Amino acid sequence: MKKIFLSITLLLLPTLAWGADELPTPVTNAEAINLVQAHANYLWTLVAACLVFFMQAGFAMVEAGFTRAKNAVNIMMKNLMDFSMGSIAFFAVGFGLMFGTSSTGFFGTSDFFLSGWTPDGDPWILAFWMFQCVFAATAATIVSGAMAERTKFTSYLIYSIFLCAVIYPIFGSWAWGSLFNGSGWLEKLGFIDFAGSTVVHSIGGWAALAGAIVLGPRLGKYGKKGEVRAIPGHNIPLAALGVFILWLGWFGFNPGSTTTADKSIAMIFVNTNLSAAAGSILAMVTSWIMFKKPDVGMSLNGALAGLVGITAGCANVSPISSIIIGAASGVLVVISVVIIDRMHIDDPVGAVSVHGICGAWGTLAAGLFNMGGTTMKIITTQLIGIGAAFAWSFGVAFILFKVIDLTVGLRVSKEEEMEGLDVGEHGANAYHDFQIRG
Amino acid sequence: MKKIEAIIKPFKLDELKGALHDLGVHGMTVSEVKGFGRQKGHKEIYRGAEYVVDFIPKVKVEIVINAGMVDKVIETIIESVKTGQIGDGKIFVIPVESICRIRTGEKNEDAI
Repeated sequence: MKKIFLSITLLLLPTLAWGADELPTPVTNAEAINLVQAHANYLWTLVAACLVFFMQAGFAMVEAGFTRAKNAVNIMMKNLMDFSMGSIAFFAVGFGLMFGTSSTGFFGTSDFFLSGWTPDGDPWILAFWMFQCVFAATAATIVSGAMAERTKFTSYLIYSIFLCAVIYPIFGSWAWGSLFNGSGWLEKLGFIDFAGSTVVHSIGGWAALAGAIVLGPRLGKYGKKGEVRAIPGHNIPLAALGVFILWLGWFGFNPGSTTTADKSIAMIFVNTNLSAAAGSILAMVTSWIMFKKPDVGMSLNGALAGLVGITAGCANVSPISSIIIGAASGVLVVISVVIIDRMHIDDPVGAVSVHGICGAWGTLAAGLFNMGGTTMKIITTQLIGIGAAFAWSFGVAFILFKVIDLTVGLRVSKEEEMEGLDVGEHGANAYHDFQIRG
Repeated sequence: MKKIEAIIKPFKLDELKGALHDLGVHGMTVSEVKGFGRQKGHKEIYRGAEYVVDFIPKVKVEIVINAGMVDKVIETIIESVKTGQIGDGKIFVIPVESICRIRTGEKNEDAI
């Protein structure tokens, strides 16, 4: 009997407690509401980080598909290692340079080795680092495609560490530093680059251009009279799978850049998708007119061009503008691939056109199509950002590749290039039991 | 005894196999080969650059038969693989000196 009485009392206790309080309102519950919002922000940011991470698989498949079977192992190793080495480099040095406190506006000087985090401190820095880390690795992996089929593996490793530790973070601090502890000169001018048309893609694209120039073209790419020869990729379905993976990953790349779980991500999703769709359609149409056939490689590049193009303006342009931006990217990428080829710069996957050129166009377009209207000042600021990215990334990467070339050597021997880098660099074969054609 | 070597379009192989089987030809050796004839390959476009595929994939079918069957077999091959387009292939007839079945040691006609 005593027990039952005790139980009833215990059961009633919470009711009594509730009864004493007034009904909760958003104001009285602010703390709990903010906590839920904070948890949602963590969840969205980290889910988006997963999607952006998956883009590594996309880049690996695009690059492998557009190149020859004899180099596929090397391409997998480069893509695995630029992410792995890049992660450590961005942890140790890059994140601090990009998001640490900055008195100059040119680079950060704190938070190296994630020193801003303590076990009982705010773990937001970890979620934010994870999201920024996959971005840094994206910039690094862009270069891989342009330098495919002829770069020494060791030299590629040195480059990828340097890009994630220095080249990408320093420019990133100019445009995005204030997203954390930093403050950059470019963002103070009002530079618009929501998810990184310039910060990620142009930086990667211009470094890729420097790499392709310093390396020189693949053997047999240009004939004695200077004619452009085709070196067909060995697996177009794999390249197409890569593009679909990248398209999916971009739904983390652009909407995730809010790092906030709110309603704004819906429009960013729609803009991202429309621009990619318009890009692939217009690239197909352009190639159809130029080459008399709807070219698969160009159409795939067109989707990526549309995605890169909308990355800067995805949060501040309308869906209709997104279609225009993507369509222009699709035309631009085809013409640019042909022109770069005629300049005898050998970019097997079109990385310079997709990421460099369309990144620059997207950054300009973010100013031109701004929903709040555009001014000469906005356009000028966008142009300053585009120019600064080219000067910094192309300049530093060019010097870096030259130094690597003069010291460890940037390119494999002629014999190794002909036999394939899989055997020469890794002593392995991507497709055992299949005859690999030279 | 004659050996027939027929170079044909790969997608015609199944049809040819069936027709030869109905004719009483019970064995054949097939290989994937590449080559070109008078049309000298064909053109493809990769990312805006045109290139010539010199060696077109073909299938080579080898069968060994009694001399009396040659005309009938050639007729059957033409019937089943001809499309009328360039690249239909060629048939070679080669005399065979002797045959030996490895498992039993049977010789010549008995070994076909």
